[in-house]
Formats: sequence, C-alpha cells, structure tokens
Amino acid sequence: MADTRQRIVNRAVKEIQNGMNVNLGIGIPTLVANAIPSDYDVLLQSENGLLGIGPYPVEDAVDPDLINAGKETVTAVPGASFFDSAESFAMIRGGHIDLAILGGMEVSETGDLANWMIPGKMVKGMGGAMDLVVGAKRVVVVMEHVNKNGESKIKKQCELPLTGKGVVHRLITDLAVFDFTDEGMQLIELAEGVTLEEVKEKTAASFSVSLNG
Amino acid sequence: MGKGKVWNSFEEAVADIKDGDTLVVGGFGLCGIPEKSIAALVQRGTKDLTVISNNCGVDDWGLGLLLANKQIKKMIASYVGENKIFEQQFLSGELEVELTPQGTLAERLRAGGAGIPGFYTATGVGTPIAEGKEEKVFDGKEYILEKGIVADFALVKAWKADKLGNLVFKKTSRNFNPLAAMAGKITIAEVEEIVEVGELDPDHIHTPGVFVQRVLLGGTYEKRIERLTVKKGDA
Repeated sequence: MADTRQRIVNRAVKEIQNGMNVNLGIGIPTLVANAIPSDYDVLLQSENGLLGIGPYPVEDAVDPDLINAGKETVTAVPGASFFDSAESFAMIRGGHIDLAILGGMEVSETGDLANWMIPGKMVKGMGGAMDLVVGAKRVVVVMEHVNKNGESKIKKQCELPLTGKGVVHRLITDLAVFDFTDEGMQLIELAEGVTLEEVKEKTAASFSVSLNG
Repeated sequence: MGKGKVWNSFEEAVADIKDGDTLVVGGFGLCGIPEKSIAALVQRGTKDLTVISNNCGVDDWGLGLLLANKQIKKMIASYVGENKIFEQQFLSGELEVELTPQGTLAERLRAGGAGIPGFYTATGVGTPIAEGKEEKVFDGKEYILEKGIVADFALVKAWKADKLGNLVFKKTSRNFNPLAAMAGKITIAEVEEIVEVGELDPDHIHTPGVFVQRVLLGGTYEKRIERLTVKKGDA
C-alpha cells in the first residue's frame, strides 16, 4: 500500500514545473510537496489563506494561528502571503492557480470527478474541492486505480455525486496515466512493470491508447 | 477619545442575540474562532440559531459547544467532518444542513456585506449543489446563481483592534473573519489586544472599523490545535 502511494507521488510530482503556484489536496496530494525539487520556485497555496506553505514547524515554533487546509500546523516560506477566504478563492476561481492536484473516489471517461460524498454514509462536505476543479488552470487527479474490492475507480459514468463535470485534465494512478481530451480519454503512460492488458482489465471506462515510445 | 466601540462584558455583548437569529461566525477549523463570544452564547442558551460558518467545530470545542447544547437549528457550512454530534443531529433530523462550497460560501458573505444580492459562479455546475439554482451561460460556459448572505450578527476573532473597531488579523487566523465582519448587521469582534485610536498604521488595517460595532478584549486564548504536526529530528 505504502509502495502504491509512493509510486503515485513520484509520478505526480513531475506535473509541477518551476515557477508554478500549486494547490495540493489532502491525502496523497499532500505527500507530493516533499518530492518537489528544492531548487524550484514553487508556491503552494492553502485555501484557508496562505500562498507559500512551508514544512511542518519544529516543536518550539508551532503556531495555532498558522495552519493548512488540512488543519495541520505548518510554517510559511519566505515570500509567502496571508489573505482572507474570499481572496483565496478569487485566486482559485479566477484561474490564478496553475495546478491543482486532488484525490479522487471516482473519475469518469469524460473527466467527471467524484470525491466528496458517499450517500447513505456521513456527508462531510466538499470544502474547497468544487471551486478548485472549476478554477485551477490544470486539474490533476491522483488515486489508486482500483478500490479495496479490486473494482475499477475509473468508470464510464461516476456513480457517486459529482464534485465537477468534465473538469479533470489528467489522471495518475498506480498503474497508468490518462489524459482527458476532446477526443476522449487517452492512456498516455503505463507504470513500470504494468502491461496494457492489466490496465484494460482494471479500467471500466473506455479509452484510446496513445503511448509514446 | 472616549471608549469608542469597546464593550467590557461578553455576556452583555451577546444579550440581544435572539432565539431564531442568524449568525455568521469566523474561523477555519478551530483557527481564528471567536472562543469567548461562543462561550457567552452557550452560557446564555440562545436557541434555534441559524449558523453560517465554514466548519462546525469539534465535539467539545468551538461551535461544537453550541451544537452539543442544541442551540443550532440550521447550519450552513462547507465541511463538517470533524464532529460526531453533528452527524447524530443531522441523521436524526434535528439539525438542518446546507452544504456550500468553500469559495462560494466566502463569496456569499463578501457579496452580502458588499450589497450584492447574488452572483454567478461555475463552482458546482453539474453537481447536486446546482439543483434548483438558476443557470446562465456566459461566453459559452455554464454558471449557477448563488445568493449573498446578510446575517443578524457576526462573531469574529481578530488579533488586534483599536477602539474604533479597526481590525488586524494574524497569519491564517484571518480566513473567514473579515468576510463575516462584512456580512453581519451587528458585528461583535473579540481580540487579543485593544490599542488606542491612531496606534494602528492605517495601511495595515485588514478590516476597517465601519464593519465592526462592538469590540471586546478576549484576554487569554486557548487556541486549540486540531492537528499538531511537527518536523522531526533536525531542529
């Protein structure tokens, strides 16, 4: 399991280019922060009002007034800024955030995303996810390819309530990478040691194959 | 200069909040929440409140205290996953809930405070959030209509205030507080320090005092941390 997540993180970090402003969701996306090359000028945005998230603080430097969107104590990097929630979402909705990396429960072949609610179970709320998927310039979803029962999380149509419709640009799983284009869903990469047959078998959605090399 | 907008008693400051009133409350998680005003409301027992806040505290702190005391009738929030009492009251039908995307909630407060009754946003298009809302196309893209929020009272927490209610916030405890201050017909601001008029640099004021009617010194703050995360090893 830990291996699966690390594989996803290692691939996801390649989406981040030097100079980008990036929002990382809770869970696997948060782990991507640790893998960003140290010579990059990348600012990480936190919906609660911080552009320029730093590492977790040392014990003496913990400040209850400085947290990330996951409510964890953090630090701010040099060059960081603080702002209120309306300005934070002006950044997000207004297309000023280059990239959002989010977790997913289901993704459909048309790039719909479901990641906030399971009917019949407790509804926790969508937080900032619905704003991020419509507002960020590029939306990358990271998730395990199949669920605990081995069923595909990549569907023809999402069964869970949507977070956004046709919003995903790229999907990275532990097995493969897909792009969502005007021509539909395309398989563009296979993870090391994974065969096309395995991906086809574990993917409920229809996709075309566009592997380079 | 006189006492300005400074009140000395939280009990008195929340006394005219009536049963059934609508309250907008600042904070994100437990960060930047108006601890003292919430405590005074719990003490007073004001009921049937509609509360608008990004979250609803945890079981034993923040707005969770009002919930545990069954003072909240309806909650408008974006994320409520940290609270078991919330779950119980929601599932039993005691508590009415309106989930609103976080950015939409922030803008609804800003808009309400700015005299804008509604606005169009792409957030939530094609999702359950769009149900029953007017849709409109601008330049080929779909948007939904969301309404501004004006509340009877706002409860906010700032770092510093002067006696005229000019507010300065600290780090990420700013979050929803300036927007809550704008959206309240009467805004009650509690702070860690009250300074004389003229001591705050006008260039550094985050919320101008025009949005604030009552200022109270909160004294010592508990500032509970929801998830303590520290860097291990190299200090």
